[in-house]
Amino acid sequence: MSLIHLDAICRSYDMGSETVHALRGVSLDIARGEYVAIMGPSGSGKSTLMNVLGCLDTPSSGAYELNGNNVGEMDDDALADIRNREIGFVFQTFNLLARSSALRNVELPLVYAGIDPDERREIALGALRDVGLADRVSHRPNEMSGGQRQRVAIARALVNRPSILLADEPTGNLDSRTGIEILELFDALCAKGHTLIVVTHEEEVARHARRIVRIRDGLVESDTRSHETAH
Amino acid sequence: MKLRTEFVEGLRIAGEAIRGNLLRSVLTTLGIVIGIVTVTLMATAIQGLDQSFSQAISFLGADVLHVDQREWFIDSDVKWDAAQRRNKITLQQVRAVERGLDGVLGVAPVVMNQVPAVHYKDRSSSVVMLIATSDQYLTTSGITLSAGRFMTKAEADGNRDVCVIGADIAEKLFVHESPLGKRLYATSEALEVIGVIDRRGTVLGRLNLDSQIIIPIRKMFTSFLWSPSCIIDVKVGDPARLDAVREELRGLLRKIRRVAPGRPDDFAINQQEELLDRFRKVSGVIATSGFFITGLSLFVGGIGIMNIMFVSVVERTAEIGLRKALGARRRTILLQFLIEAASVALIGGVIALLIARGLVEVGKQFLATLALSPGVVLLALGVALATGIVSGFLPAWRAAQMTPVEALRNE
Repeated sequence: MSLIHLDAICRSYDMGSETVHALRGVSLDIARGEYVAIMGPSGSGKSTLMNVLGCLDTPSSGAYELNGNNVGEMDDDALADIRNREIGFVFQTFNLLARSSALRNVELPLVYAGIDPDERREIALGALRDVGLADRVSHRPNEMSGGQRQRVAIARALVNRPSILLADEPTGNLDSRTGIEILELFDALCAKGHTLIVVTHEEEVARHARRIVRIRDGLVESDTRSHETAH
Repeated sequence: MKLRTEFVEGLRIAGEAIRGNLLRSVLTTLGIVIGIVTVTLMATAIQGLDQSFSQAISFLGADVLHVDQREWFIDSDVKWDAAQRRNKITLQQVRAVERGLDGVLGVAPVVMNQVPAVHYKDRSSSVVMLIATSDQYLTTSGITLSAGRFMTKAEADGNRDVCVIGADIAEKLFVHESPLGKRLYATSEALEVIGVIDRRGTVLGRLNLDSQIIIPIRKMFTSFLWSPSCIIDVKVGDPARLDAVREELRGLLRKIRRVAPGRPDDFAINQQEELLDRFRKVSGVIATSGFFITGLSLFVGGIGIMNIMFVSVVERTAEIGLRKALGARRRTILLQFLIEAASVALIGGVIALLIARGLVEVGKQFLATLALSPGVVLLALGVALATGIVSGFLPAWRAAQMTPVEALRNE
């Protein structure tokens, strides 16, 4: 059974007088342990697809099943719980809390999961160690490099042991060398069995994935697997 | 997520947010500070006045009935004129009351007359109230003596030349000697001092209860006033029987003064309670109008908090989006911003209490009974908290209702 099952997902927005159809019927299955890149030009609907996949947005029609949960019919609070449990987000702009230390940033999903402070601290420290930041625990985001910040964000995404890691242009704000470091970290995570979905418009980034889904005009344009993609 | 963890987390975030914008937070609390300072001072002043007044009139005795020609409070000129025309209360009538009234602790006639001064050798004490009464006055007035004794029934009935003096008079006239056994002069009347009253203080800073001289009742008639009307002080003893005794006394007086059935009383029975009622009415009006005004300043302070919370929510839209993405529920976000608003207001309340405490210390020099009571402190903090929660609710609600996608888009 697949981890993610999208069936004819549509998403449209009312923009005053006209209706914008961002997704026009996307069907997609992603299995556990896959490393998928979602690509597409701007306006293709890939951001909307990512929001739907991340349970940040609900489809207008179609069915979305995530790890056995019928996400399409959930209310806001249930979706919040699903995001907390099942999804780890990595954003282009890192989205760390500026006033809080790395440790506290990583602890945040555990706070919302209702885990006790002591246990929280243990788990968060472990997650930071896993991304190689054991010595940056009490640093604040502005005291760290871009690569380190993104590592904190990845530690935060993984700390709740989610089913999927959802990354939106994870290297977009990094120089190429640091970007490669992050992608290597992703490769390592994939090797450990994590399910990764990376939304990007860079072929370089997509090449690390074993499967590339191209979106155009709200539809899946192509869905190619592993190394066949290298042109 | 457990409510307690959510609460602790909310407090933590609020602390970070307030520290992050310290100047702004302090300026925001200013409105609340002013509001709470006024609330606190209002409540303290009213409490202080109440207490001061109660203390001041306690010399009247809570369980003492004062029979007089006139009511203490007369609302119209017509009634005043009517009261003026009433017959005097004579000493014979007092005696009749003494004989006719059972089950009370004491009945004393009282006639008061102010004299410009009393003298002893070359010393004098000015503005002295002469209180002519009987031996029963010791019971009805509740006074205590610091030296000597009160007059006996024989001395009172025999109209002897004795007096009991107030603390101020004792101090002024007798510097290095005991006043007991000495003769002082009130106008041309020589009176032997047999006792000194314990210090009693002043009534609202005006009437000096220590500048009094107590003399036998008939002395007033023979030496000072030709034909005064008496006041009859009746000490009931048991406050629960006050109303019953009052009715009995009324019937007795009507009989003694031969008031025809159907005619209104030609005397008045006054008691401390009426005075307190009057005062409470006045202080109630002051309190209502005062709290209305302080309510306005709190309202302004509350709007200030609401305003800054809206700004805070807009500024932190991306943070709200992130928190929601990471699993924060609506309630969590709502609580977070409510706690922040309440914290700002509560800090304002604490600052206000510190200021109020300073002001109360200053005010104590003018009204000794002024004190910041625990009740008022709780009231102030409660009002601050309520203001914070009420004014923070709308911004917090708006934050909680944001959709994560829209909030995250706001970078």
